[in-house]
Amino acid sequence: MASSAKAKTPPVSLTAVEMLRWAWRQLTSMRTALQLLLLLAVAAVPGSLFPQRPANPAVVTQYLVDNPEVGPWLDRFQFFDVYSSVWFSAIYLLLFISLIGCVIPRAAVYWKHMRSQPPITPRRLSRMPQYGTLLLPSSDIDPEVAVQDAAVLLRRRGYRVQLRDIETASPSVAAERGYLKEAGNLLFHVSLIGVLIAVAVGGLFGYRGQKLVIEDEGFTNTEIAYDSFFPGTNFDTDWLVPFSLTLDDFDVTFDRRETNYGNPIDFTGSMTVQERPGVEPRNETLRVNEPIGFGGTNVYLIGNGYAPVVTVRDGNGNIAYQGPVPALPQDATYNSTIVIKAPDAQPDQLGFVGFFLPTAVVDENGVAFGSDPDPFNPQLNLNSYYGDLGLNDGTPRNVYQLDTTNLTQLNGRNTSDGGIVLGAYQTYDLPQGKGSITFDGLKRYVALDIIFDPGKTMALISTSLALIGLVATLCIPRRRAWVRATENADGQTLVEYALLARGKDHGLDKEALKIGGLLTTHWSASYDRNQHEKAGSRQ
Amino acid sequence: MTPINEALGDYSELFMLLAALTYTVAFLAFTADLMRARKLPTVTTAPAHTLEPASAAAAGTGTGAPGIRWSHGGSHPTETGPNTTDHTGIGYTPLRRPAARIAVAVSIVGLIIHLAGVITRGVAAARVPWGNMYEFTTTGAMLVMAVFLISLIFQDLRFLGTLITGLTLIMLMAGAIAYPTPVTQLIPALQSYWLIIHVSIAVLASAIFTLTFSLSVLQLIKTRYQKRAKDPESAGFLRLVPAPAALEQLAYRLNGIGFIFWTFTLMAGAIWAEAAWGRYWGWDTKEVWTFVIWVIYAGYLHARATRGWEGTRAAWLSITGYLCVIFNFTIVNVYFSGLHSYSGL
Ligand code: HEM
Repeated sequence: MASSAKAKTPPVSLTAVEMLRWAWRQLTSMRTALQLLLLLAVAAVPGSLFPQRPANPAVVTQYLVDNPEVGPWLDRFQFFDVYSSVWFSAIYLLLFISLIGCVIPRAAVYWKHMRSQPPITPRRLSRMPQYGTLLLPSSDIDPEVAVQDAAVLLRRRGYRVQLRDIETASPSVAAERGYLKEAGNLLFHVSLIGVLIAVAVGGLFGYRGQKLVIEDEGFTNTEIAYDSFFPGTNFDTDWLVPFSLTLDDFDVTFDRRETNYGNPIDFTGSMTVQERPGVEPRNETLRVNEPIGFGGTNVYLIGNGYAPVVTVRDGNGNIAYQGPVPALPQDATYNSTIVIKAPDAQPDQLGFVGFFLPTAVVDENGVAFGSDPDPFNPQLNLNSYYGDLGLNDGTPRNVYQLDTTNLTQLNGRNTSDGGIVLGAYQTYDLPQGKGSITFDGLKRYVALDIIFDPGKTMALISTSLALIGLVATLCIPRRRAWVRATENADGQTLVEYALLARGKDHGLDKEALKIGGLLTTHWSASYDRNQHEKAGSRQ
Repeated sequence: MTPINEALGDYSELFMLLAALTYTVAFLAFTADLMRARKLPTVTTAPAHTLEPASAAAAGTGTGAPGIRWSHGGSHPTETGPNTTDHTGIGYTPLRRPAARIAVAVSIVGLIIHLAGVITRGVAAARVPWGNMYEFTTTGAMLVMAVFLISLIFQDLRFLGTLITGLTLIMLMAGAIAYPTPVTQLIPALQSYWLIIHVSIAVLASAIFTLTFSLSVLQLIKTRYQKRAKDPESAGFLRLVPAPAALEQLAYRLNGIGFIFWTFTLMAGAIWAEAAWGRYWGWDTKEVWTFVIWVIYAGYLHARATRGWEGTRAAWLSITGYLCVIFNFTIVNVYFSGLHSYSGL
C-alpha cells in the first residue's frame, strides 16, 4: 500500500519525472484518500442548504431574486449546481484517481499473496501474541503425526496449511487464513468505480421527461409530446420506445378518520397502454412506488392535481377556449394556482390567473380558503386580464405563468367587484363586455416522469458487489497460525502453537484457545482410544 | 385497507410511558453504580473470558484427566483496577456491582415493556411501526436498548449504561413531546415493502452508531484523564471505564457493522427511490445527508488504518458521524424541504 509517502514536501532538486512520481505517491497515499473523503463529505453539504437547479430551477430563480447580494456570488461559485460543480467534481475525480492508483498495486500484491504459501514457521513461537503448549504424555503421537493432525484440524477451520521440516526432529505446520478479506476490500473499492461508471452511462445515454396527463387524455412517447424533456448528452431520440398511454381514470382516497383527516391514503391511475403501434392495448394500474415499464423506459406517478374544465367566450360571444386546465396544488388540501389563457379571444386575448379550491370555505374576513382535498365545494377565484398574451412572437412561455406586461387588468381581488368567484357550473360575465367564463366541470390529472436509465442495472450490480466485498473485508479475520512438535527428553511430544493477526483482530485470543482446545480434545480422544485398544488386546 | 385500532394505539402510548419510567429507574441505578466505582477494591484478575485450558481439556475428554497438559500463555498482561480491560477485551470481572446488576435487570424489564409498546403500535396501525417521526424515535430507542443489552452478553459494557439509558430516555421523550403522532395509515409514498427493509436497517444502524458514539465519547474522556492523571485511584467513575485502546477497538468493530448496515440503507434507499421517483439518486436533502454520513464513516474506517489518525482523531470522526445521523433525523426531516417529507408533523 502506498503508505510510504512519509515526506510531506518533495526533496529539493528533483527531476520532472521524480516530481511526478512524488505527486502520484502523495495522491495515492492513505492520508490523501482520507482527506479527500472528508472533503467530499463537507463539499456535499451545501447542496442540501441551497436550492439546486437540477431539482428545483424555479426555486433557484426565486432565491436569486430574494437575495440580490449573495445570490449571484453563490451562483458564481456554483452553489446552486453543487453536484456538477467544478470543485465537487474535482474532489470526487481525485478521489477515484487515488482509488485506482491504490487498488492496482494492491491487486498485484494480492495476486502474489494469493498464490504464495503460508510464511515460514518462526523459530521462537513463544514470542507470538498468542502462544500455548500441549504436552502429550505417551509417544503414541509422535511429532510428525501431531503436526499432521494439527494440519488437518487447521484446514478444517479454513486455513491454508503447509507442512514444514517434516523429516526433521521439529516438524511444523504453517497456516494462514482470511485471504478473502483483502479480496473483499479490493472488490469493494473496484465496485465503487463501477457505480461511478454506471452513473455516467445513465447521464450520457439516458433521458428523463415530464408529462402531465389529464383524465381521458393520452400520451405518445415522442420528444414533442413531452412537457419537458432532458436527454443525456449522447441520447438519440430514435431510441424512444414508441409506447402510448391514456389515463382512463384517476382515483384518490383520503383518510376520513378524525385523527388524520384529509391525509392521502391511496392514488391509483387506471391506464390503457399500448406497447407499440399495432399491438393489442392492455389495461395497467399506475400507483406511487409502482411504475409501468416499457422495455427499459419506466413511467412513474410523481404528482397529481385537479384540472377544472372551463369555457371562455370572447367579446364577440364565440368560444375562445374550452377544456380542462391543470391547476398546480400548493398544499395538502390541494389549494391550487391556475392560469387560463385564451389566445383565440377576439378582439382582445384574455388571460386569467388565480386559485382553484376543491372545498372552498369563507373565513370571517370574507376570504375563501381550501379546507379539504376532495372537491366538496369546488371554486375558482380569478383575476382577469385582456390584451396581448405574448404567445405570438415565438418565444416559449410557461403555461403556468401569466406574463402581464402587455395585459390590462379587467378585475381582481383588489378591484371593487372582488374579482371572479365561480362555483361549479356557474358563469361570470367579464366587465366591459369582454366575454365570459364558465366553470363546467372537474377532472384530475397525473404528473408523470418518464425515464430511461441504461446505467441502472450496472449500478445495482456494482453496489451489490460493493456490499458483498464490504461484508467480506470487515468480517473475515486474517490470521496466521503455526504448530510445531518436538520430542522432549522424557520421550513425550511437546506441541507448541502460536497465532498472529494481520491487522486488527479482536478474536485472536479466542481463536487460539479454540485451536488449543480442539487439539487437546482430538488427542485426548485418540489417547483414550489407544488406552482402550491396549486394554482390549490385553484381554 | 385494514382499519386502525385506536384503543390499541392508546395502550401503546401507555406502554411507552411505562417503559420510560422503568428506564429512569435503570438510569439511576447505572449512575449509582458509577458513583460507587471509587469505592471498589483494586483487584488483579485474569481476563474474564479466558477459558481455563485445564477445564476445557477435561470437558473434551469426558474421562477425567487424560494426561494431556495444556497451558495457554497468550499475551494477557494482568493488570490492576476494577476492570481487566486495558488490552484486547472488555470482559466481566468477579467484582460485586449490585447497582449495575439491578440496573441491567430493570433495563431488561423496560425493554420488554418498550417492545410491547412498539408491537401494539404496529398492530394498531396494521403495518410496521416505523412510518413517521414518532415511530422512528420510539422504535429507534428500543433498538438502542436492545443492541446495548444484547452486547452485554458478550462484553461488560455496563459502564455505558448511564449514557445509553439516558439517550434512550431522551429519544422517548422527544418522541412523546416533539413528535406526537396518532396512529395513522401510511401516505402513498410510504406504501412499499422498501419501507420495511430500508427504514428498519437505517434505524438499526443508527442504534449501533449510538453505542459507538457513547464508546468514542468515553474514549476521549478517558484519554484526556490518563494524560493528566497523577493518581489512578482518583479516577472516580472512570475506573469502570476500560482503557481508550479497548474502547476504540470495540467502537471500530461496531462501527464496521454499523457501516455495513448503513451501506445497505443507502442501497435500499436508492432502489426505493428508483421505484418511487424513477431515479436512484437525485441529491435530495435526505439523500445528501445519508451520503455525508456514509462518507464520514468510510473516513473513520480509513482513519483507523492511517498513521496519525488512529485514536483521538478517529474517535472524533465517529462522534461527528453520529451527530450527522442525529442532524439527518431531526433537523433535516423537519426543517429541510425535499421529497422525503414523511415526518408526519
Ligand atoms: C471512493 C472513495 C472510497 C471509499 C468510499 C472507501 C471506503 C472504504 C471502506 C468502507 C473501507 C473499510 C473496509 C476495510 O477496512 O477493508 C476501506 C478500506 C480501505 N481503503 Fe478505502 N475507500 C475509498 C477510497 C480509497 C482510496 C483512494 C484508497 C487508497 C489510497 C483506499 C484504501 C483503502 C485501504 C488500504 C483500506 C483498508 C484499510 C484497513 O486495512 O483497515 N480507499 N475503504
